[in-house]
Amino acid sequence: MKIMVAVKRVIDYAVKIRVKPDKTGVESQNVKMSMNPFCEIALEEALRIKEGGMASEVVAVSMGPAHCVDTLRTGLAMGADRAIHVDATGPLYPLSVAKLFKALVELEKPALLILGKQAIDDDCNQTGQMVAGLLGWPQGTFASKVVLDKEKQLATVDREVDGGLETLCMDLPAVITTDLRLNQPRYATLPNIMKAKSKVIKKYTPQELNVEIKSDLEVLQVTEPPKRKAGVIVSSVDELIDKLKNEAHVI
Amino acid sequence: MQKWRATRRLLLNSYSSKSRFDHPRSNPISDHSTTISRSSSGFESWTGRIHYRHFATAMIQRNPAFSTLNSDDINYFKGILGDKNVIEDEDTLLFANTDWMRKYKGSSKLLLQPRTTQEVTEVLKYCNSRRLAVVPQGGNTGLVGGSVPVFDEVIINVGSMKQVISFDKVSGVLVCEAGCILENLVSFLDNQGFIMPLDLGAKGSCQIGGNVSTNAGGLRLVRYGSLHGTVLGIEAVLANGDVLDMLGTLRKDNTGYDLKHLFIGSEGSLGIVTKVSILTPPKLSSVNLAFLACKDYSSCQKLLFEAKRRLGEILSAFEFLDNESLNLALNHLEGVRNPLPPAMHNFYVLIETTGSDESYDKEKLEAFLLRSMEGGLISDGVIAQDINQASSFWRIREGVPEALMKAGAVYKYDLSLPVETMYNLVEEMRTKLGNSAKVIGYGHLGDGNLHLNISTPQYDDVILAQIEPFVYEWTSKQRGSISAEHGLGLMKANKIFYSKSHETVQLMASIKKLMDPNGILNPYKVLPHSIVSYS
Repeated sequence: MKIMVAVKRVIDYAVKIRVKPDKTGVESQNVKMSMNPFCEIALEEALRIKEGGMASEVVAVSMGPAHCVDTLRTGLAMGADRAIHVDATGPLYPLSVAKLFKALVELEKPALLILGKQAIDDDCNQTGQMVAGLLGWPQGTFASKVVLDKEKQLATVDREVDGGLETLCMDLPAVITTDLRLNQPRYATLPNIMKAKSKVIKKYTPQELNVEIKSDLEVLQVTEPPKRKAGVIVSSVDELIDKLKNEAHVI
Repeated sequence: MQKWRATRRLLLNSYSSKSRFDHPRSNPISDHSTTISRSSSGFESWTGRIHYRHFATAMIQRNPAFSTLNSDDINYFKGILGDKNVIEDEDTLLFANTDWMRKYKGSSKLLLQPRTTQEVTEVLKYCNSRRLAVVPQGGNTGLVGGSVPVFDEVIINVGSMKQVISFDKVSGVLVCEAGCILENLVSFLDNQGFIMPLDLGAKGSCQIGGNVSTNAGGLRLVRYGSLHGTVLGIEAVLANGDVLDMLGTLRKDNTGYDLKHLFIGSEGSLGIVTKVSILTPPKLSSVNLAFLACKDYSSCQKLLFEAKRRLGEILSAFEFLDNESLNLALNHLEGVRNPLPPAMHNFYVLIETTGSDESYDKEKLEAFLLRSMEGGLISDGVIAQDINQASSFWRIREGVPEALMKAGAVYKYDLSLPVETMYNLVEEMRTKLGNSAKVIGYGHLGDGNLHLNISTPQYDDVILAQIEPFVYEWTSKQRGSISAEHGLGLMKANKIFYSKSHETVQLMASIKKLMDPNGILNPYKVLPHSIVSYS
């Protein structure tokens, strides 16, 4: 059984982001980029499934400009067997990504497609669901536990939902999107980094996959949230009442 | 994204990425501890004892030449500083009288908080004329008892002087007042695309004036050098109130004797630093961190040699810890896991690189590490793939002091030694103490700085007698330093001869006498009591 994992290159989650002065987006030059944390968890889960003997191959996929290869190398260093890079410049919104994944799935025919539940840059939480829709596959999103049954070809997924945990059982092939509690990703060890150098990264373009990248969305503006005003220490009850009445207008 | 961050913080119980602890010192010659019933954060599992330096107060006498405070003095100070900045409130005073490790406690009755250099001048002038002893204080995070009174010295805390005066975006020269907290300066510089040339665990509380006065070292020294190199200028107030304006912002200025160096590292005993001008390096985006295992100490050394040559200009930190340190950290710290697959290794090394090109640096680091692995210098290793992983590696190295505190009593030594022989001391102590104590060694291998720690269930004079003066004598024989970065303060005021010659110390005493004839600045500290005499 083959597992395909989606990994996205995003601004490192620990970086303090700043909005560009022209408000078209966020400052991304010269900031540290890394693999989306949810994608790390997705890859870790795929590796564990493979180590458990349920899968024969893990393929990592990333889409975007040339730098995505760095993220794929990280994935290979963690233990993925090979990688695919879909070379596309310009913004890729979830629907385009989903269409590209549909094309790749038809080529590679994995039994499981695992993605992070959302990317920490756009917080869309849409790609996994859209791919499942396009493929007509069942989906287990926000997975906090995944158990596979190879014989019966099913996956039992515990989902983190607002009310608690929901357990779903679905036939393979299926789409799973991962949530935080699923696992703790491994570190890339030096021997694996060494092995990764000889692993293959195949490149495709959207044209080769017969997918037209159409931006249905246009970002109009990106602004910072309003800054929190500093608190004021008042020196007497009278002053407090005065402020509540005349400044805050709440009494 | 915010909700996810909060959830992750909650879930992983991760320490703030910058909670790097300094190395608490404990050098009790004769240690008497008293149980105090107030909460001591961070010491919960260890009975909340406070160690009084009864040794200090028993062996040092209060200098009778110093006057005692009277109400006229208090009124005078109120006249200069205003009522709010003259503090006699007991609770606040308790805090200001006790050092960060809660080992030293003074009995000062007065805390002053000047807001300008002019106010500092007037206060000192008055104190000098009245012969009132003073303690300059900043963030009070020092580890050798140098920032708190020994007896009833007046505390002059510069924490209210916290303005950034200017910043030149082209040269990176930052001019600020002494009370600026290091972390705040880091945030300010972050917006400008620069960083502070020093980084230490206490950064959330320590102030730049104190850093300069103690010549703080920290984790970036191997890359950016010490404060003697990065500080371009100082404004200081002398004991008699004279203001020395040496606040230059020039990289090169060879006009006369460079007196600012006297203030860097003299721990407030020659003057109070009120403003600092410091050269800040540009913030580089590509930071990589590797956590490696070596089979023996000589491999660590060779690795350092190779790292300096192969990583060259991008090397920004080189730290080591032995197996016992790692185990201690894993056992006592929460949320910490071994980055390497479980196996017996003897030594661990953290190598950090900082550069401007992400892929180039990563390639360089990987090539170096793979080559070292093939050469047998490294037995295993991992490279952090994102900032979060990097923080967790640093947490291990920086959490060792905290783990030591949780494990029981600890005797700490901060020594500069030649890299080749550094670990021999750890092994000798281990043989000497046998099963009675756990001896661990870790530190800034890149700077030749060993943190030797001896962990025991309780403080025990018998064990202490086996440690001291052996450790100091051993260090002295290697022409090492008995205090690499923490300073002498009160704790090692009489130990200087292990690392400095008689003639050198005599000259230091003469300079002190010249600059502070009444000896009011931070008395009883830094220099040996036998040498510093007051008329």
